[in-house]
Amino acid sequence: MWSQSLTIALVVASGVGGFLTTLSAVDSLALARDHYYSQGRFADVFAVVKRAPDALVDSLRTIPGVADVQTTTEMPVRVEIEGLSDPIVGQIIGLDRRRPQRLNLVSLREGRAEVASMSPGPIRPDGALPAWVSESFAAAHGLKSGARLSALVNGRRRALEMAGVALSPEYIFAGLWGMPDQRGFGVFWVDHEALAAAYDMEGAFNRVAVKLAPGADQRAVIDSLQRRLAPYGGREAYGRADQVSHSMLQNEIKEQHVLGTVLPSIFLAVAAFLLNVVVSRLVVTQREQIAALKALGYPDRTIAGHFLKMVLAIVSLGLALGLALGDVLGLMFTRIYAEFFRFPSFEHYVAPSPVLISLAMTVGTAVLGTLSAIGATVRLAPAEAMRPPAPARYRRTLLERLGVTRISTSLRMILRNMERRPIRTGLSIGGIASAVAIMVMGNFFRDAIEFIVDTQFRLVMRSDVALWTFEVVPDRARLELLRLPGVKSVESNRFVPVTLVNGHRRERTVIRGYASVPELYRIIDVDWREILPAGEGLVLTDRLAEKLGLRAGDVVQAEVLEGRPRTLNLVVDATVREMMGLNAYMKREALNRALAEGDISTGFVLSLDAGAEPALLAATRQLPHVAGAFSKANMIRNMQEVTARNIRLMSTILTLFASVIAIGVVYNGARIALSERTWELASLRVLGFTRAEVSGLLLGEMAISIAVAIPVGMVLGYGLVHLIAVLLRSDQFAFPVVILPRTYALAAICVMAAGLGSALVVRRRIDGLDMVAALKTRE
Amino acid sequence: MSSEIVFRASGLGKVYRTGEVEVVALREVSLEIARGEFIVLLGPSGSGKSTLLNILGGLDAPSSGDVTFEDHRLTGASESELTRYRREHVGFVFQFYNLIPSLTVRENVALVTDIVEHPMDLDEAIARVGLQSRRDHFPAQLSGGEQQRVAIARAIVKNPQVLLCDEPTGALDYATGKLVLDVIERVNRDLRTTTVVITHNAAIAGMADRVIRLGDGCIQRIERNEKKISPAELSW
Repeated sequence: MWSQSLTIALVVASGVGGFLTTLSAVDSLALARDHYYSQGRFADVFAVVKRAPDALVDSLRTIPGVADVQTTTEMPVRVEIEGLSDPIVGQIIGLDRRRPQRLNLVSLREGRAEVASMSPGPIRPDGALPAWVSESFAAAHGLKSGARLSALVNGRRRALEMAGVALSPEYIFAGLWGMPDQRGFGVFWVDHEALAAAYDMEGAFNRVAVKLAPGADQRAVIDSLQRRLAPYGGREAYGRADQVSHSMLQNEIKEQHVLGTVLPSIFLAVAAFLLNVVVSRLVVTQREQIAALKALGYPDRTIAGHFLKMVLAIVSLGLALGLALGDVLGLMFTRIYAEFFRFPSFEHYVAPSPVLISLAMTVGTAVLGTLSAIGATVRLAPAEAMRPPAPARYRRTLLERLGVTRISTSLRMILRNMERRPIRTGLSIGGIASAVAIMVMGNFFRDAIEFIVDTQFRLVMRSDVALWTFEVVPDRARLELLRLPGVKSVESNRFVPVTLVNGHRRERTVIRGYASVPELYRIIDVDWREILPAGEGLVLTDRLAEKLGLRAGDVVQAEVLEGRPRTLNLVVDATVREMMGLNAYMKREALNRALAEGDISTGFVLSLDAGAEPALLAATRQLPHVAGAFSKANMIRNMQEVTARNIRLMSTILTLFASVIAIGVVYNGARIALSERTWELASLRVLGFTRAEVSGLLLGEMAISIAVAIPVGMVLGYGLVHLIAVLLRSDQFAFPVVILPRTYALAAICVMAAGLGSALVVRRRIDGLDMVAALKTRE
Repeated sequence: MSSEIVFRASGLGKVYRTGEVEVVALREVSLEIARGEFIVLLGPSGSGKSTLLNILGGLDAPSSGDVTFEDHRLTGASESELTRYRREHVGFVFQFYNLIPSLTVRENVALVTDIVEHPMDLDEAIARVGLQSRRDHFPAQLSGGEQQRVAIARAIVKNPQVLLCDEPTGALDYATGKLVLDVIERVNRDLRTTTVVITHNAAIAGMADRVIRLGDGCIQRIERNEKKISPAELSW
């Protein structure tokens, strides 16, 4: 009995462990977030403007619903580390020595601050700009205080001297375009005066952060903010939901909540089933003792209590193991999170609520499983319970009734046994199938990430390098790029931030103006079909069109968020099913025509000769208009460095957990079948059946269950992946439901291995059957 | 009757150990059984008759002594040799029939024909026990006597040299018991199958060629019936 109890306890432990791991990690994340948001006074609304005078701040403070305002000057810069050719995008932010920060407080982790001013300090005599560097970037490159970097500040190369490591609630997650890239993106806080001087921003700002008053209407504040910033080149204003770091954090929390709830539920359901089966069998074998106890006057409650105590002991073991497991794995997950999400303090925290929920769920599982198993027996009259149960009734299987008669006798026995207990057989198959499904899901994430990388970096982005400019440039700059070493071809893009408006529905996005027949930067749908922007109108991501209530042929208003405020009326030519983002595409030329601004571009994508990238990146550093560069190869490398490891870890854990389920179901199923059929199998041994033949009869049932469960589990896995994809679906992202054959194969192999392991253990017991005893008792 | 000896046992002893307690089930038992002989083992509970039958049937090994079946030495035989011995040579009938509940009468008998080399015709075996009309019934649909007859059909279908019956009528009423004994007697007579029947019912002894009385693990007396009586004439 101990081995069965242990396998059940392990299934319970996996459920509780999985539940606690994810929820404690997510709780820790949410707690650190809440703490840091409040301690760091994280803003609620953010706005970008071209150049607004400091005097405007007082006017912004009067907007109803605004509690506080902080303005800053921030600029994207190209950063270089000596000896490293990788393009690095930096966000350089000015900190004002004279005015204390009011929102998005920067906290210094190490290094020096100008006393009482909380700024990295003024320009050094040699012209170097002291800078605090975001922690993840500093860690990724192993930078220490005093390290020198260079940045292209307003077209001029400036030395940045690292004066410390800092964090901000605005950059808890650091990466470009929502992809974790700690090497390729860094934040640099410098003295405001020096930055303002470099960009001609003295007495002005280009970023606004707003803290809302309690109960304020965010939408109304954003609208007022936009109106007041419009005359100064107001570009966009948005709430936390559209803030990159915040939305990445929220997505992670949501994702883990879903996984942490769906998966453990499956584990606990399987545990309940196993407990039911094991206790049912135990009750049958102890039927006479139960009857004797009843005859002696023990009440039903006491007898039921006895079984319940035993089951509670098993689940308590599972619960204890699960809590310990959850604590260890939760800590591990928290440490992984700490690499992506940077907080001043981030401790693994196990809240009482998931522990109490685990306790309630496991006890509930145990009580449910047990009571349903012993109910019927306990209710029997003692005299009746003392008689052996009525002999099992069998009939021909469905297959035979349908006319299939050429079945071997042993297969017949197996099938009739399975058919006699359809619910138990079904649940066993369901249990094994759920193990297959969980394994499919565990490895699906790897497939999905590969699919996304494949789609984005092989099909969509066929270029090697992307460049973008500070300001719009005439398209003839393309010809200049074509002349650079190793460049095979160049395509121009124009990106314009807009708010799309249809009636009362509004969505902020960027219209991406692509080449008419894009070769290097294409629009690819989830089925890997290319979509060409056809006419003069827009192609919208289906989710965006849905949100705006638009269909092909409709007209949408686009409020332009850069330069002079304008509204364009654009036709929706088509929609496209995409995984990521809420995108709007147009032909660049059509976009330029609509804006009536001539043949201009804001970015270029380049395809290069093999090996030409370092030289090309070096050459672009000399181009004054180029604000930043992006290398596909670096991005993939940086992303996979972290992502691949984490996905592998998660797949391994889920596969292990699922193996526990598979072993739990298969092993217990075989042990129960053995205990129920010991008599029959021993009789067959007496008749001269060999050990192998007898084992075949019992294990055949297991093999058939597994053989049926594997395809069922694959279908279930597909469904589970679909469910998870739906639950995880957000505005910005739809997980692709892509499961590679290797994932199905791996799940099948793991379950078969679990089955084989269980079979070997049970086989040893079959070999030890006591034939003589079987002849002396009546089943 | 031929005097060809099939079983030779000499000095058989069997000691069971349960915890610290030793139970001596057989002591110094020696006997020979000839081909086609009908033997009844009589004795009270604990006299060692089942232990002896189990050793003869290859289900148990003696602690001491020697036993052979024809030219097979059963003492010291491996597990797989004993399995083959049971499979090829021995038919068993037990008090609780030991039928497979998920198989019909015919299928229970077919179970054996599937694993032996020269079985009797399936339907002939069923006809010999008079269950032609019940051949497609499951054990749960049969009376105790019918179930025991299925067990006999299953035992004889392999054309065994030996038929070993442990209390074959123990769970049956008087009339049914006689019917079952009649079947066993016919098998012994018609097929010349060496038959050993265990019983604690002394009345059955009249059917036997020889009656071996056991007590306290020893053979106490061996009696030869000069005139066997048919089961129909038995009464108890």
